[in-house]
Amino acid sequence: MLSSEIRHLILKDIKLELRQRYAFNGILLYVISTVFVCFLSFSTIIDLPAWNALFWIIMLFAAVNAVSKSFVQENISRQLYYYSLASPQGIILAKIIYNFLLMTLLAALCLLAFIILMGSLITNYMLFITALLLGCFGFSSVLTLVAAIASRTNNNFALIAILSFPIVLPLMLILMKVTLSALNQGSWVENSHYAIALILINAVVVVLSYILFPYLWKE
Amino acid sequence: MNCDLKKNWWKLLGVLLVLYSVIAGFLVPAPELPVVHESVRNLFFHVVMWFTMMVLFAISLAYSVRFLLRFDIRLDQVASQAVNTGLFFGIVGIITGMEWAAFTWGTPWTNDPQLNGAAVTIMAYLAYGVLRRSVDEESKRARISAVYNIFAFVLLVVFIGILPRMAAGSLHPATGGSPSTVVTMKAAMRWVFYPALTGWILVALWILQLRIRYTRLKDLLYEEV
Repeated sequence: MLSSEIRHLILKDIKLELRQRYAFNGILLYVISTVFVCFLSFSTIIDLPAWNALFWIIMLFAAVNAVSKSFVQENISRQLYYYSLASPQGIILAKIIYNFLLMTLLAALCLLAFIILMGSLITNYMLFITALLLGCFGFSSVLTLVAAIASRTNNNFALIAILSFPIVLPLMLILMKVTLSALNQGSWVENSHYAIALILINAVVVVLSYILFPYLWKE
Repeated sequence: MNCDLKKNWWKLLGVLLVLYSVIAGFLVPAPELPVVHESVRNLFFHVVMWFTMMVLFAISLAYSVRFLLRFDIRLDQVASQAVNTGLFFGIVGIITGMEWAAFTWGTPWTNDPQLNGAAVTIMAYLAYGVLRRSVDEESKRARISAVYNIFAFVLLVVFIGILPRMAAGSLHPATGGSPSTVVTMKAAMRWVFYPALTGWILVALWILQLRIRYTRLKDLLYEEV
């Protein structure tokens, strides 16, 4: 029951997105323009920490941009309709998975833009991509619940940034460590405990969202 | 005497313990430590502030959970005032920590996991305050802030529990697996540390009680207007 509900909600979100391309165009524009600005100021980046830092800064702001649109699009009457049809747990899990898909698309775009414009300094691709995927899921789950909280108030975007920043910061610290070592010829063995920590954090956030979202949805 | 000592004995006890800890803190013989020398006495102030802050945030979490179970607005008031009081102690903790760091490490702030965790905690609870101010309706505000409180607390515990343990070798004492310097404290210092901790927690609870009373009276006043 829950899984078919989630599947249908995800498909609904994807269809809506393909029709209007509201969030996707915004992300595309944001990523291309920021990477281009970096390219104009740096040309090519040889310094590893700088490459790493710029990549994650752009990812962070693009992620906040992307996920903040997830609860804004539908109007009140349609939300009431969803409330009567689907369980809140299904809705939040569907939103998390949908935002994760959006974030992976965003990450791929960002990485592609970086490699084309500023050269790839990655030595251990598998480690980098694993960290990127885990990070995308982490961003998606944290930002989705924070967007749900902020959607109940009036000042949306600034509030999402303020609320999510303290929680996303430690997550980013871990991600940046792992990707820096992926740039720096790191191995799986060194970073396995970080990867496990990331998986653990993602699991905790999903469980928390599952428990807490019904209290927000009760309007 | 005007005050009801049977109900308020713990407040007097708290004040006496804090006074004792401040005086004894400077008189007790400090152990011979390499970098820290006499400033190890800051243990009685800096660490005590952090413990008090954590106690207050735990109280706030408990009341947020109780609020979500029962939807009694008074529980949410306690949760929010506990966060405000805890923030005060946290900021004092950071200031005492910066002073200590400037003396022992040469710089007030550095890139250390425990310091980052501390900054993130304070930021998260300041964001809680911003969230509360952005909703006008009382019951909605209570529900939303309770959800954020629980979310932020659990995640902060996870992060601050995991990250320092993984980062071995930092300047801050009590990282890399060891629980805390309390265990390695000399007996003489423990005689000051535990009373200081108890005293400050009691004083913090007194401040919390006053704040709760103040907000409730203010609400009553505005309700009649």
